[in-house]
Amino acid sequence: MAYPEKIRSIYQEQLKGIQAAGLFKEERYIHSPQAADIEVEFPAGAPLRKVINLCSNNYLGLSSHPDVVKAAHDGLESRGYGMSSVRFICGTQDIHRELERRMTEFLGTEDTLLFPSCMDANAGVFEAVLTKDDVMISDRLVHASLIDGIRLCSAMHDTYKHSDMAHLEEKLQLHADKRLKMVITDGVFSMDGDTAKLDEMVALCEKHGAMLLVDDSHASGFIGKTGRGTHEKCGVMGKIDIITTTFGKALGGASGGCVSGRRELVEMCRQRARPYLFSNTIAPVVVSGVLKVMEILSASTERRDKLEKNAAYWRKGLTAAGFILKEGDTPIVPVMLFNAKLSQDFSRALYDEGIYAIGFFFPVVPQGQARIRTQISAGHEIRHLDQALDAFVKVGKKFDVLGKTKQEIIEMYGI
Amino acid sequence: MDDLKDSILQYVTKEYLEDGSEPIGYETPLISGGIVDSFSMVSLKRFLENKYDIRIPDDKATPEAFDSVTKIAALVEEFVRKKG
Repeated sequence: MAYPEKIRSIYQEQLKGIQAAGLFKEERYIHSPQAADIEVEFPAGAPLRKVINLCSNNYLGLSSHPDVVKAAHDGLESRGYGMSSVRFICGTQDIHRELERRMTEFLGTEDTLLFPSCMDANAGVFEAVLTKDDVMISDRLVHASLIDGIRLCSAMHDTYKHSDMAHLEEKLQLHADKRLKMVITDGVFSMDGDTAKLDEMVALCEKHGAMLLVDDSHASGFIGKTGRGTHEKCGVMGKIDIITTTFGKALGGASGGCVSGRRELVEMCRQRARPYLFSNTIAPVVVSGVLKVMEILSASTERRDKLEKNAAYWRKGLTAAGFILKEGDTPIVPVMLFNAKLSQDFSRALYDEGIYAIGFFFPVVPQGQARIRTQISAGHEIRHLDQALDAFVKVGKKFDVLGKTKQEIIEMYGI
Repeated sequence: MDDLKDSILQYVTKEYLEDGSEPIGYETPLISGGIVDSFSMVSLKRFLENKYDIRIPDDKATPEAFDSVTKIAALVEEFVRKKG
């Protein structure tokens, strides 16, 4: 044993520091399947409470869909529970390749490779396709998993201001001498719910001979007219060199992710991406569930259409009530409160009203940009949204933020 | 030296500060103050190399050496002198 009190106290102090900074994360135990209505135990040991969930990534309401659950059951019966292997030894079943084919077709790319998660896809993709002679140029607000992948890669890394196309072009010019250039962005940015300008980015990348990578985790399945993603919305299907995405959000919500794109780039990942090479294959039960999700999405756009209507209804209701929202047209609708403590108190008061929505503050979002991030689902009915709006209005009145400007809220609560 | 400092200050302001941010000075801590992250140092290094026609080795481009406009200017002067 080498864990004396001296070592223990180092960690205890660090944990105290996290608590003192108000950054300590506590889990809330959910006793029901993921859905619009859930039963929650919070704080630990408290009686169960039925609340409306406004903070899951279950955008299409498929996480507990009976057809998906049945397909997973069937997959469990026909292909077993686990594979006890990485993909390239003895972990690839026919259904893994089938899902790769389905994703390629759905995303409009050339090939696809599954990963245990999109975090793994993002962690592995850059080192697999770039070297120290190359440069990665990323939006300053990309997801943490992209940042970690970038850190693991030997290529030079630079950034451009969020969605600032003039700045991106300056960077493409600055690094013109590099062997390969890759521009990196989220499709939909998870904290603000805004969409990357992929049409302009494709044009810039073509002009400067750069590749474009898009993490479409908060878009796959519902953004664009048929839900293919941000590239469909921006009219650039077939022009994105690499799309990474997750099955852990709209596409069933269990786990897993993929790299999809140019054939050679995907093959390089198959040969070199370490999370693919050294991590277990996705469980057959999950693959079976995602295959059913893809079947549902290919048959009808009903769910993404309902989601779009729900999100517009929610946005309109909050705006009419006098809340300040981040502009956008995705199901991620941030309600701006600016002050960190206010966002936490507001979230707690919402919970007391039967609404589960989380407050985000620095360092997850920039200083002075604290908010309640609400996420709408096709699983919500109008009655859920009306009930949630009533709760938001009640809590908004309690904290006197309705109809107030940003400056007025900051004057009341500080930054 | 002040021209050099002003040129660096102007670049850092344009490159890293958001609109409406507090203005920075020659001694404002850039890296340790969270204004420039270690990722974004790359563009600053490349800007200096291109503008002053110098090559700053990676082992000299440390977060400490890039932590203020004054320190960066001293580093640039050192390499301009060596070149001359």
